Amino acid sequence: MATLEELKHHALNVRRNVIKMVTEAKSGHIGGSFSATEIAVSLYFNEMNITKDNVKDKVRDRFVLSKGHASPLLFAVLAEKGFIPQEELLTFRKINSRLQGHPNMNYVDGVDMSTGSLGQGLSAAVGMALSYKLHNEPYRIYSLVGDGESQEGMIWEAAMAAAHYKLDNLCAILDWNGLQIDGDITKVMNPLPLDEKFKAFGWHVILVDGHDYNQLFAAYAEARTVKGKPTMIVAKCVKGKGVSFMENQAGWHGVAPTPEQAEAALKELV
Amino acid sequence: MAKMATREAYGKALAELIQKDPKVVVLDADLSKSTKSYDAKAVVPERHFNVGIAESNMMGIAAGLAAVGNTVYASTFAMFATGRAYEIVRNSIGYTHLNVKICATHAGLTLGEDGASHQSVEDLALMRGIPGMTVIQPVDDVETFKVINAIAEMNGPVYVRLGRFAVDTVNTPDYDFKIGKGVVLRDGGDITVFATGILVQQALIAADKLKEEGIHLNVINFHTIKPLDEELVIQYAKKSKFVIAAEEHSKFGGLSSAVAEVLALNCPTKMDIVAINDTFGESGTPQALIEKYGLTANDIIAKVKKHL
Repeated sequence: MATLEELKHHALNVRRNVIKMVTEAKSGHIGGSFSATEIAVSLYFNEMNITKDNVKDKVRDRFVLSKGHASPLLFAVLAEKGFIPQEELLTFRKINSRLQGHPNMNYVDGVDMSTGSLGQGLSAAVGMALSYKLHNEPYRIYSLVGDGESQEGMIWEAAMAAAHYKLDNLCAILDWNGLQIDGDITKVMNPLPLDEKFKAFGWHVILVDGHDYNQLFAAYAEARTVKGKPTMIVAKCVKGKGVSFMENQAGWHGVAPTPEQAEAALKELV
Repeated sequence: MAKMATREAYGKALAELIQKDPKVVVLDADLSKSTKSYDAKAVVPERHFNVGIAESNMMGIAAGLAAVGNTVYASTFAMFATGRAYEIVRNSIGYTHLNVKICATHAGLTLGEDGASHQSVEDLALMRGIPGMTVIQPVDDVETFKVINAIAEMNGPVYVRLGRFAVDTVNTPDYDFKIGKGVVLRDGGDITVFATGILVQQALIAADKLKEEGIHLNVINFHTIKPLDEELVIQYAKKSKFVIAAEEHSKFGGLSSAVAEVLALNCPTKMDIVAINDTFGESGTPQALIEKYGLTANDIIAKVKKHL
């Protein structure tokens, strides 16, 4: 188990790498990578059992990044785990790279589902969890869903199925950062209240601060005790978290920083 | 001659397969009694999941099941499998190249009375366009058994197009079946019909009728539309005065297009098409529909005579 200090160190490295990757690629999604950095770091360094020894296994704890545009986050975390060479991160979004704009499961060990087209990942996570139930596998499935993504109808088809099949081995985390490309989620197409909606669909719902490791770990532990229901951790997050001029700015959803902005961001990430 | 719908054969084949292959998991979207995937549920209920009327979610769940090692057979009507769920099939199953076998029934106009909203005339085009997708349409019950077992042994996604109504058996049980290889059913002629699905039976009727007039047709069943048996297309094109492609599908994007692509690039050959024009279908019996939309043996005969 990583200590809080170690987790903070990992998160800092991840955020710095995300800035470098997106700046080098001149495109990519920083805002939604930073909002979920603590979630991904906490999952990969403490909650899930994914190691160099089992990363090639199909059947183990798995993570489905349903909001696949947060690929810089996923790749940076996998690099921090040692599954991707650090220097390869700078190939992100470039021709011939394994590190696609949205993640491809067949290119990189540790990418557990190809995602990017919103709304599909949670269904795949349901399929994986269903299989583990069917075959009595002791592992767990985690999935990160966007708040804007929950405007996709397929999320609710998956939500219905997960509860119907009593998938208590499925723990989803909803990145409630409040912003999507075109602005405030409540103004574009209000999906709130997300906690109440998932409760109504038969999920166990836990509200946390998505940047507070202690709250995240308590939620993961609680989810493991829940029987007969999937768990949705609704995590209140800050889009662009960690860089002052990117926080809570919809404009930083999918825009690359200039070299000067990148430098300013890296100065804050120390 | 024996008669059975390919969906009936699918149910029977799947019921056998699920009992002998522990990796097989079956999904359906509230149509299991129509698609006949229910036959598998009847024998191994724990590995059959009815996901309700949610085809997109079914395809996503199929991808997840396949990602952790299962061989998934997912069934619904062709309309919904390829239309409603297209982009999930494309991204979660095609792009990932996962082991999902989409066994879609009630394909084409001959779904019948439900009408155009349920009649897939463009499903082959949609599935053929997905990189790496294998596309198969078994012609009869014998072939369906072979297809359902063969695709369990191959890695990757497959679209299997099945029909609603009973069709004549044209294959003998011991015939040589291989994915991607066409089956020559009538040989020795100088005109060739490249057919798939119910147009194979119609082509055989046409061949028998024309034989009485001294006109000899070769009839080839392309159960695999992708990858197409290009060698066989070229081989028969070269020895034919002209060829006809015949299918219960839009003339855009299905077998006809696939054959035309091969001929244009390899050996330009006079060709005609017996397929559905750029139109939706309508309610009616299967027989009334194939007559109105020009998919019968007589339509093949008319095209043959036109070019003689």
